[in-house]
Amino acid sequence: MAELRYPMAGLYLYIRSRQKIGFLRNRIDADHFQNFAQIANLLKNLFIFVSKDAIMTQEELLPLIMTKDERAFTHVYDMYSKSLFAVINNLVNDREEAEDVLQEVFVKIWKNIDSYNESKGRFYTWIVNIARNSSIDKLRSKGFSNKQKNLSSDNFVHLLDDSNKMVHKIDTIGIREFVNKLKPKCIRIIDLLFFKGYTQQEASDELQIPLGTVKTQNRTCINDLRNFLRV
Amino acid sequence: MENTTYIESGILELYVYGLLSEEENLEVSRMAKKHGEINDEILSIERAIVNLSTSFSPFLSAENFKKIREKLELKHGKVVTLKSNRTSYIGWAAAVLLLIGFAYQYNEHSQRRSEIVNAQNENTQLQESLVSSEIKAKQTEDALAVVRDVNNTVISLGGQAVSPTSYAKVYYNKNTAVVYVDAAGLPEPPQGHVYQVWALKLNPLTPTSIGLLEDFKSQQQRIFAVERANGAEGFGITLEPAGGSKSPTMEQLYALGKV
Repeated sequence: MAELRYPMAGLYLYIRSRQKIGFLRNRIDADHFQNFAQIANLLKNLFIFVSKDAIMTQEELLPLIMTKDERAFTHVYDMYSKSLFAVINNLVNDREEAEDVLQEVFVKIWKNIDSYNESKGRFYTWIVNIARNSSIDKLRSKGFSNKQKNLSSDNFVHLLDDSNKMVHKIDTIGIREFVNKLKPKCIRIIDLLFFKGYTQQEASDELQIPLGTVKTQNRTCINDLRNFLRV
Repeated sequence: MENTTYIESGILELYVYGLLSEEENLEVSRMAKKHGEINDEILSIERAIVNLSTSFSPFLSAENFKKIREKLELKHGKVVTLKSNRTSYIGWAAAVLLLIGFAYQYNEHSQRRSEIVNAQNENTQLQESLVSSEIKAKQTEDALAVVRDVNNTVISLGGQAVSPTSYAKVYYNKNTAVVYVDAAGLPEPPQGHVYQVWALKLNPLTPTSIGLLEDFKSQQQRIFAVERANGAEGFGITLEPAGGSKSPTMEQLYALGKV
């Protein structure tokens, strides 16, 4: 059914070009033309989608997401679900509840996709924020009114012990090597800033380092990470 | 240089983390749009952090994906299906319209084609009849001119034994010796025969052939120009085998008259 719509767009344009068929033109008015334009756009995006598949960037993914295409949703999930799940798990500290939150987060992403625009920042940043906020909401609903007390319990490295080692075997070997290489200070600062969403001030208090160095220290740590990952 | 300082400040990492204020966010977006270098840096940081966090994800069962899809369809299903139904409905409607349109166009096209063929045939016929009318008119004009010419003497040739009802007229200009024959009173010659016109001298009787009435059927006015006949005293018309004869076949004398 859906496949039929794409050739239709081409055929429609062909008709438009044939001025003589006034008979049809009267029936296919401007409103319908918009639909066809949308379909043509979708077709274009689908082409990008198919041709680039695994290595899509936000720039390519966004137009597809904006059409609320089902495959775009699958793609967003494949690209980011694990990343978000790690963030959520690190905050919520309960696998089952983390799964609930993750589901909630993806529903929110999809429901509120229209409110996102690129001037607000990266799409990934936007969904990470949703993940963090949803996790904190979950904690609050469970009676953890004191954010700091709860959040400072563990850093993200503990997730390695919790995770299913059979599934992540290869990943964890590489990551263990990396964790050993990464300075403990870096693990702490990335954990607070990225995983837990601390402000610079909060991180500065927590780590007892000057406020001005939080940003630059984090930068150095990310550079180490990038050297390790070669990205 | 400025860009390097900007990048090294660590603000881009905080941008990806989502820790900047709204104004700072806008500032970074603007810088990223302006400087490809900064944009590339942001992409690299994002890749690094996505990779890192993905690596630390606990096992995530496929159930989650299914559940999310169910939830989305539960809450969004109506809108989504309605929309896609509407779009596909329009697609189908357009397909049907197209088919009807093509059928209609094809029908129109074949009708026009046969109309064109008909018109062309008609045109040809009209052209033919026009040409034949013109020929006819020319012949009539010529005939009329001959009849009207005052210099012409009209000689009536009466029917003879072989065909008593036949008659003919000869218009003879004595000055120029030009001869026209009006053969309207002669029957059509049988196949393989032709009328031959003779100028006669009476003493002694000498017939001289002055021509054949060729194309008898197509000459509607039956007025024929033949050769000059100086000093002719009479005219005769005989029926001869096609191509004519050297001397008249007297048994087949159809018309005869004196000047």
